Amino acid sequence: MSDPSKPHNNKAWFLVLPVVASVAFTAIIPLVIVVNYSVQDIFGPGNRVFVGGEWFRNILNDSSIRDSFWRTIRFSLQVLAIQIPLGIAIGLAMPKRGWRASMALVLMALPLLIPFNVVGTIWQIFARADIGLGGYVVNDLLGITYNYSQNPRDAWFTVLLMDTWHWTPLVALLVYAGLRSIPDAYYRAATIDGARRLAIFRYIELPRLRGVLTIAVLLRFMDSFMIYTEPFVLTGGGPGNTTNFLSISLTKIAIGQFDLGRAAAYSLVYFFFIQLFCFIFYTAMKRQEV
Amino acid sequence: MRPSHVNAMRRTWLLVYVVALMLPIAWMALMSLRPNQDILGSFTWWPENFSLDNYRTIFTDASWYTGYLNSIQYTLLNMVLSLAVALPAAYAFSRYRFLGDNHLFFWLLTNRMAPAAVFLLPVFQLYQNVGLFDTPLAVALAHMLFNVPLAVWILEGFMSSVPRSIDETALIDGYRFPRFFLRVFLPLIRSGVGVAAFFCFMFSWVELLLARTLTSVNAKPIAVTMTRTVSASGLDWGLLTAAGTLTLIPGALVIWFVRKHIAKGFALGRV
Repeated sequence: MSDPSKPHNNKAWFLVLPVVASVAFTAIIPLVIVVNYSVQDIFGPGNRVFVGGEWFRNILNDSSIRDSFWRTIRFSLQVLAIQIPLGIAIGLAMPKRGWRASMALVLMALPLLIPFNVVGTIWQIFARADIGLGGYVVNDLLGITYNYSQNPRDAWFTVLLMDTWHWTPLVALLVYAGLRSIPDAYYRAATIDGARRLAIFRYIELPRLRGVLTIAVLLRFMDSFMIYTEPFVLTGGGPGNTTNFLSISLTKIAIGQFDLGRAAAYSLVYFFFIQLFCFIFYTAMKRQEV
Repeated sequence: MRPSHVNAMRRTWLLVYVVALMLPIAWMALMSLRPNQDILGSFTWWPENFSLDNYRTIFTDASWYTGYLNSIQYTLLNMVLSLAVALPAAYAFSRYRFLGDNHLFFWLLTNRMAPAAVFLLPVFQLYQNVGLFDTPLAVALAHMLFNVPLAVWILEGFMSSVPRSIDETALIDGYRFPRFFLRVFLPLIRSGVGVAAFFCFMFSWVELLLARTLTSVNAKPIAVTMTRTVSASGLDWGLLTAAGTLTLIPGALVIWFVRKHIAKGFALGRV
C-alpha cells in the first residue's frame, strides 16, 4: 500500500470512483441523515423542533448508556485476553499441510459462516439446563447451579463463551496463515543452533506473526465492540442489564422506543469512538508496515 | 525433527478443540431430528425417535423456504456488486499513488468497522424514499457498507503480490487496459477474487440487523423468519433447529471451494 516506488497518477481516482459512490450511498447519506436527526426533537411527520446539542448532553450524561459503554469495553478486553492466546495456541497446533490441515481449516471455519442469530440459537439450546448438553452437564453432572437466563454472572459467562466459540477460529486461522509464510530455512537454522521450542516461538514465530496478530486484534476488538445479534438472541441484554451492550441498547432506543433524536445522537457518539479506535489501530498497522 | 510425543500432544489438543467446536452444532442438528414434544419432554443423550418432519415443514411451507431463497438472492447480488466496484479500486490502490489515497483507504476501513446499529434509522428512511425497501437489492446495497471495504482490502493484498513488471510488459506488448485487466491480470489473481467473493458471501449471509430492518414481507431473509418465529408462537425448537441446521449448508459448501486460500483471505490478503 505505502510503497514509495509506485507511480503517482491522479487518474487512478477514476478507478476508485465506483467504490466512493457506493460507499457514499451506504454510509455518507445515512450519516448525514443521522446528524440531521440528532439536533432535532421529532414528534411526528412535520412536527419537529431544533434542539441543538441537547441530545448529546442527554446521551453523555445518561448513566445507563455510560454503563453500557464500560460493559462493552470490558467485554472487548476480555474477548482479546482469551481469544488471542487461545487462537495462537490452536494455530501453532495445526498441521502445516496434508489432508489433516484441510480438514482442520474447513471445520474451524464453519462457525464463522453460521448466521449470527443461529449462533445465538445454538447456544440458547446448548446451554439450557433442561434440554441442552452444556447446561445439563454443568448442572446435573458437575452439580454446579447454572442458569444463563436468570443469573447475571452465568449470562455474562455464556455470552463470553459463545463469542470465544464463535470467533477464536478466526484468530487461529490468521495465526496459521502467518506461520505458513515462515520459510522452512528459519526453522532449520534454529534447530542447528539448538534452539528450544520456546525460543523458536519467541524469536522466530512471534515476530513474523506481528502483522496477522495486529489484524486479529483489530477485527476482534471492533467486532466485539459492536456485538449485537448473538447476545440479543441468547439473553436479550438481560438478565437486568448484564449483557446490555452498546448496539443492543442503541437498537432498543432506535427501534423499540423510536426515539429518533436521542438514538441519532447516541449513534454519532458511538460512531465517534469507533473512528477513534480505528485510527489508533490503523496508525499502529502503518508503523509496522514501514 | 521434533520428538513424536510433542506431535502427539499437539494432535490431541487440536482434536479436543475441534470436537468442542463441533459439539454445539451437532447438538442443534440432533435436536432438529426430534419431534417438538420429545425435545421439551426430557433430557436425553441420544434421541429415541428420529423424524424428518421439521425439515419436511420447512421445504413445503412457503413462509419458510422463501426465506432461504431471499437470503441467497441478496447474498449473491451483494457479492457481484461488491466485487464489481472493488476490483478497479483495489487495482488503483495497489498500483498507484494518488491524491488522498491513504485517507481514502482509512475511511474505507472505518466503514468496515462501523456498527450496523448506527445506520439503522437512516437506512430505513433512505431505502423507503428511493423505493427499494423490502427488496433483495436494498439488503445487497446496505451490506456493501462493510463488504466493499473488505473486498478492496483483500484484493489489494492479493494484487500487490503480483509484480508490477507484468502490467508494464503487457502494456508495451500493446494490450489496452480493459483487455489487459480482464485477460491477463484477473486470471493471475483468481484465488484472490475467489477469496474476496467468499468473504462477501460470508458477511452478507450471517448479518441480521440491516437485513431485518430493510425487509418486511417480500424479501424477508431466513434469519429474520427464524427470529420472528421465536417471538410469535412460543418456541418451536424442532423447526428452529432444523432451520438453523439448514443455514449451515451454504457456508459449508463455499468453505470447501476456498479452503486452500481461506487463511490468507482472513489475513486480508496480507501474509
